[in-house]
Amino acid sequence: MLEAKDLACERGGVRLFTGLGFSVGAGALLRVKGPNGSGKTSLLRTLAGLSRPASGSIRWRDRERGDDFRREMLFIGHAAGLSEDLTVLENLNFALELSGAKRPLEKTKAALELFGLERVARMPARFLSQGQRRRAALARLALSAEVPLWLLDEPFAALDAEALEQLSRLATAHLARGGLVVLTSHQEVAIAAPATETVVLQA
Amino acid sequence: MSGFALLVGRDLRIALRRRGDALNVVVFFVVASSLFALGVGPEPKLLAAMGAGVVWVAALLAAMLSLPRMFAADFADGTLEQLLVAPRPLLGVVAAKISSHWLMTGLPLTLIAPLLGLQYHLPASALGTLLVSLVIGTPVLSMLGAAGAALTLGARGGGVLLGLLLLPLYVPVLVFGAGAVIAVQNGLDPGAHLSLLGAFLAVSSVVGPLAAMAALRIALD
Repeated sequence: MLEAKDLACERGGVRLFTGLGFSVGAGALLRVKGPNGSGKTSLLRTLAGLSRPASGSIRWRDRERGDDFRREMLFIGHAAGLSEDLTVLENLNFALELSGAKRPLEKTKAALELFGLERVARMPARFLSQGQRRRAALARLALSAEVPLWLLDEPFAALDAEALEQLSRLATAHLARGGLVVLTSHQEVAIAAPATETVVLQA
Repeated sequence: MSGFALLVGRDLRIALRRRGDALNVVVFFVVASSLFALGVGPEPKLLAAMGAGVVWVAALLAAMLSLPRMFAADFADGTLEQLLVAPRPLLGVVAAKISSHWLMTGLPLTLIAPLLGLQYHLPASALGTLLVSLVIGTPVLSMLGAAGAALTLGARGGGVLLGLLLLPLYVPVLVFGAGAVIAVQNGLDPGAHLSLLGAFLAVSSVVGPLAAMAALRIALD
């Protein structure tokens, strides 16, 4: 489903990687590994369509990525994407509506509960701790089963054991129903997948 | 819900929670345009002659005051990233940002301007023209401003750069906006000035959003 061919990436005039290629199908987990500064985030941002590759091509469902791709993709980057002045619940609702999902308020609350955020749901996001921000961003995943491709940049950072387990459960379920998960991480978190691929980037 | 309505609703909700920011613009406008009247003294003829220009300059600076905030918060907290990867046309996103900026600056400035014109002894006909010229002119400030705000996103000293970038582009708006009011005061028809202002609105409504879209893509690359 997701295919990269001869991908090269440049940041600030420095070549991060060249000749990168992979092809992953439904139900596959793609782990991107490498030391700090090796280009993991750049690769994910390139896959998401935020950055343009220096060369090479990325194909989704055997076609160039177009508007359809953005409907079938979810990207969670380093920044949680929470507006400081909106409550956690409002932020989650906005993120879901933006990606075209209907607004089932009950379900949004359930997703926040899943990540232990029910007590802060009506609090402005500026009062959240780093880990809580991370949880609030990831709560989207619980309501994004129908989005096939999940691109997660360092999803495990700042999470405690309980949230880690919740996240790995969500990813496992997504892979089991034929979804695709691409994630960068330094931690080995167990995620059962029908197929696992690993891309290792060199510094 | 369309992306446009969704975003304008969100931006207005945020503005309601940060009422100080919106109030700053209005207070600056009132104070800046009143200072001239106080400094020049109570000579009705002199005040009437400079009134339109002063109100227009103050409106222009007040609109610019809030421009750096147009994309900065969304850029810092990662929302802008999400807006770019969302299955929504970027033009809608930019149009929404421009509209909320105008609703929070251009609209209140336009509504207050006739009151400020009163302290410059502007006649009723001139006050009406001032209102019309601001209705046409303030959206231009927001549209070109969006391009400027997007271009200076993440740049050091962005505020100063924004001024240097935009003030020259705002000159025609100022000249023809204030010119329309002065024409009426001199017993002339303001039609020509207002038409030219309308032409600037038409051009900037194409150039502004397109430039802002391109600049946003570069800022997030």
